Order: sequence, then structure tokens, then C-alpha cells
Amino acid sequence: MNASKPKVAIYKFASCDGCQLSLLDAEEELLAIAGAVDIAYFPEASRRMMRGPYDIGLVEGSVTTPHDVERIRAIRKECRMLITIGACATAGGIQALRNWKDVKDFTRIVYANPEYISTLDRSLPIGSFVHVDFELRGCPINKMQLVEVVLATLHKRKPNIASHSLCVECKLKGNVCVMVAKGTFCMGPVTHVGCGALCPAYQRGCYGCFGPMESANTASLAKHSTDNGGSDIDVKLAFRSFNAYAEAFRRESDAHE
Amino acid sequence: MPMNDKTIKVDYLARVEGEGSVYVKIKNNEVADVKFKVFEPPRFFEAFLRGRRYSEAPDITARICGICPVAYQMSSVHAMENAFGITVDGPIRDLRKLLYCGEWIESHVLHVYMLHAPDFLGYEDVIQLSKDHAAVVQKALKMKKIGNELMTLLGGREIHPINVRVGGFYKVPTKKELAPMVEKLKWLRDAAVEMVRWSASLPFPELEQDYEFVALRHPEEYPFNEGRLASNKGLDINVKEYEFYFQEEHVPYSNALQSVLKERGPYHVGPLARFNLNFERLTPTAKELAHEVNFLPTVRNPFKSIIARSIETLYASEEALRIIEGYEPPGQPSVDVVPRPGLGFGCTEAPRGILYHRYRISEEEMITDAKIVPPTSQNQRSIEQDLRSVVVKNISMPKDQLTWLCEQSVRNYDPCISCATHFVTLELEKESSRIS
Repeated sequence: MNASKPKVAIYKFASCDGCQLSLLDAEEELLAIAGAVDIAYFPEASRRMMRGPYDIGLVEGSVTTPHDVERIRAIRKECRMLITIGACATAGGIQALRNWKDVKDFTRIVYANPEYISTLDRSLPIGSFVHVDFELRGCPINKMQLVEVVLATLHKRKPNIASHSLCVECKLKGNVCVMVAKGTFCMGPVTHVGCGALCPAYQRGCYGCFGPMESANTASLAKHSTDNGGSDIDVKLAFRSFNAYAEAFRRESDAHE
Repeated sequence: MPMNDKTIKVDYLARVEGEGSVYVKIKNNEVADVKFKVFEPPRFFEAFLRGRRYSEAPDITARICGICPVAYQMSSVHAMENAFGITVDGPIRDLRKLLYCGEWIESHVLHVYMLHAPDFLGYEDVIQLSKDHAAVVQKALKMKKIGNELMTLLGGREIHPINVRVGGFYKVPTKKELAPMVEKLKWLRDAAVEMVRWSASLPFPELEQDYEFVALRHPEEYPFNEGRLASNKGLDINVKEYEFYFQEEHVPYSNALQSVLKERGPYHVGPLARFNLNFERLTPTAKELAHEVNFLPTVRNPFKSIIARSIETLYASEEALRIIEGYEPPGQPSVDVVPRPGLGFGCTEAPRGILYHRYRISEEEMITDAKIVPPTSQNQRSIEQDLRSVVVKNISMPKDQLTWLCEQSVRNYDPCISCATHFVTLELEKESSRIS
């Protein structure tokens, strides 16, 4: 262990583990990263858990329990830079679908033994509780973007991560537009770039796993869908999925309730 | 007499997916209490699957687990197809298996080398291991990458693939697109042979448990997506009878339900169960190698699950090769799907063991009810039994060492705690609806 190496910690909140797994999936970069930084806290990969403070904290998952609220505040204090990774940490994740349920009634019905389980009414992103230095989108994140964010942070520069719509990436790849050519509903026009425009390349419409792009015109896309025979319920479901609680998508799904 | 009483606590169990802990209390040199606790917060998947389209199930349930998303996609599409009376065969069926091979490979290699092997060799993690065994770790990363490449080729990406749908795929690969995998898989097959020999040479703690092993069994194939549910103690049922034979119990200290066989108790799912129940269906190479390393059914030492994972990695690489070499693209990427209301059941072999899905679909093609039982819920009781036996056997071991051995015992199951926690809601709802 080298004392001069930056210390990195990786934390998990409510999530599927997929985003932190991206780090282990960066097979070619993993040993290089492990050589450049001291991975001081990464329970998914190591039983060695060093104390903070840390230079970089990567946070996966959303906040769903009172205990998690306290935990994220403590984590913020021990990390110089705090980076959230993935749709759960940046938007509340798929589990934010609970945010539309009447959780009080739900809890009364569900918990015969409420003392066993502690849960909040809503699943919320990390940024609802503490200041976040950079949010990396995606369900899951793109592992090469994760490597870029870590490298940029180590070199004290802004990560080179685009924030325009998926359509731009899709055109650059030379995909045939599934919406124009086949009339397939596609979230591409309002979705944040980053996945590599995968779905249209596989002949299906984008389903928005990177969440809303900056200044997304969701109403226009929704109107395009309903003008072409789509139902309100389908528009609602399309916006209410893996990034349901991101503001632009939340507003649009509510408009079709 | 030294150390009559002690408490073994691992507050945050490392090298597993998700958040769990271990608690063992020893009093007067006897084990007084054992708990494998899951404290990861529940995410309520079954609750919010209600009111979603049947077609969304593969993409939504994939998000239960970033390590085995294909397992969720496979169990959900088979359950939907069961509800609609659809059978998928030919090249689409083969491609599903091929995708699953990719997941088995990346998941098994990840667990064997990065999560489990460090325990056997006394390292805290794979990074420490790589300092003394660089070649082994570099090779492991290359093996894992081939599994991921297979998933990316067929699924678009390795975590939460985007190409799986009820009825088949959105797009199928051409022969030319699959061709570059052949050389890689041949290399992988050879590497997996070494992996089996290497894992069999590890030092194994002594432990023999009288498990009931449960796995799918298929008349001709080592099981992935199809078969009957069978055990070494006489169980032999259709997947749709699952809930007549298995039940889930809620314990106060865990956010995950624990499954048991009714009136029989704990059981064991995963690579060791599959291997013990399906040895004859392995490839000749895999069987021969199993003989060579003297790893033959019925294996009852849970620490040796690492050898079963290695043999399955070899099997998956050979099966993937066989599929690619015989592949002719289907005319359509998926079969026609005509939804109809009703119940559907699906059970497939996730890397960690059987994954059961059951859905009810309405006239409006919506999910009205969902039940999902992941492998880790099913192994929890066996994990606790193993912990008890390990502690009894090693009660005079220094506490640090015994604690590590307890951790290793849990990791024998490659537990996925993130999977196991999402299932509290439904069961409680069901209980309350029975009362009301």
C-alpha cells in the first residue's frame, strides 16, 4: 500500500449491484486502476475495509431507509469528491415506482411485523440529501464512462461526458431511425446519451435507461406518440420506468396519469 | 478451558453481492445461535410489477440483479410464454442458451477467482491475490471478458442486456458476427480445463452435509431453461407445482424470506446441486476431467462448490462452441406472441441456482400478480446450517480465523443478497390477504 495514492471508496445503497460490478467488468483497466489508486473500501470485492477519509467516493443505489439518510450524510463527510453512479443513485432507480403508491396504507396492509423492516415513503437519489460532485447516468452506467470520470477526477479536470440526446449518438453510429422507418416508439429524442444508442441498433426503441437529457422536450415526444395511436397509459409507462423520478420524466408521466 | 463463550460477528460481509451479515454465538463451547442476516433494504419488485405490461417483465426484472440479469430475463420470458401457450425452439432456443452460457461464464469466473479463491489462499481480495499470482488473475480476467463478450454480442451489453423479449429476440446475430467467438471460446475451453485442475488443488476445509440438492433436470441436456424440478431425495415435479412443495418463511432478523421444502426443511440449489443431479449430461471432456480430479457425485462438501463452478465454466464454453458451430439464423428474430389472460410459470438455472417466476396476466395484457423466488433465498437455511456445523467442528480455532472461515462458508454459495431482498412485500401481502 502506497500512502501517496488517492484513496477510493465504493458504497452501495438500494440497487442491483450492476453499476459497481462495471468496475470489475472493466477487465482490461481493472489492474491498472488498482495500481493507480488505493481501493480502500469496496466490500463487494474485498474484506479489507480501511477507514476514511477518502479522496473519491463512488455511490451506487438510492436512499430508501432512515438509516440510509444518516449513512449518506456520514459518507459525504468522509469523501473529498462524491460521485454518484447509475439511475438509482442519480434518480431513485426503478424502486422509485413506489413513490406513486400510498405508502402509509401500503405499509399498514403489508407489515404484519413492521418492526422487522424499516423503509421510507420514497426512494430518492443521493443528491436529495447531500451535495454531489458528479452524477454519472445509466441503468447500468457505461463502464468506459466510469473509467473516464475516475481519471478526470484524479487529474482534477471536468469529466468528458456528453449530455445531449441519444439521437445524436444514434445518427453518428449510422443507425436507421426506428421511429421514422418503422413507427416504433423511441425515447431517444429525450434520453441522455451514453449507452452507445444500443436499442435502435437492435431494432427496438430506446427505453430511456440513461434518463432525461438536458432540457428534454418530453411533451412533444408524448404528443407524437398519442398522435400516432399510442395510448396515455403507454406514454405513462414509458416515462415511468428506470428513471421515473427524474424531474422531466416524472412530470410527463404524471401528465398522462 | 479457554474461550468458553464468544461471539462471531461480521457486520458487513464482503465479496458477496449485496448487504448481509453473520452472527454466531458460542456459549459454554456450544453454538447457541446462528444468523445469516440480510439487511439490504427491500426494493418491492413484485409490488410495482403489478400494472406493468407483460412485455416489460424481462427488462424490469433484470434490474433485480446486475450480476445475473439474463437469469431474470430467461425466467420471465419462459413464464410469459408458458402463460400464452408458446413454445420456442430451434435457433432462437439455442441463442437463449448461448446468452445464458455467457452469463454463467462471467458470473462463475468472477466468483471463483475474484470472490472465492482469495479465501482458500489467505488473501483479502483479488488485488492482493494478483500481487503473488499475477498470471492466474490476468488469465481469469481474460476468461471473464469472453463471457461478457458473448453477452454483449447477443444482448447488446453485459449488464441488463437489451435484446431479450417474450418470444425471442429483437435482433439475432448473423453467422459472421458469431464467428470471431469460436477461437476465443476454444481458448476459454482450454483455460477452463486448467481452472478445474487449479480449483481442485485448493486446500478444502473438511465438512460433509446431508443436503437435499434441488435442480432442474432435463432428459437430454445439462439444465439451463427447461426441465423438471428434481432432488436427490425423491422430488420430481413440474415447475408449475413449485408452490405446492416449497414455501417461504419470514424471520425477524432478515429482509429476505427463507425458502424450505414443506415438511422437509432446508435444501441446496446452485452449481453443486446441478452437478450432483445432472453429472451424466455433462460433455465427455467435463466428465473425464471430473474423474481425473476425483470430483464425482454426490459431492457434499460445500467448499468444493468452487470445483463445480469451474466444471460448469468448462461445460458452458463447450456448449457455446457447439451452438455457434451449428448455428443457422432463424427466419424471424422472435416467434409470434399472442397474449392471453392467465397464469404462467417459469424456472431456469441462474448461475446461483433455480430462479422461479410466476405471473398472472389480465385481459389488458397487464401483470396483475407476480412472484419471484431467487436462488439465494432458497439457500439461506443451508447457509445457516453450514455455519453451525463449521463452528461446531472448529470451535477451538482462534476467533479471527474462525470468523474468516465463517465468511468463506457463506461465500461457498456465491450469495446474491441484492436478489434475495426484494421479496418481502409480496409474501406479507399474501399473508394479510389470507387473513382479510
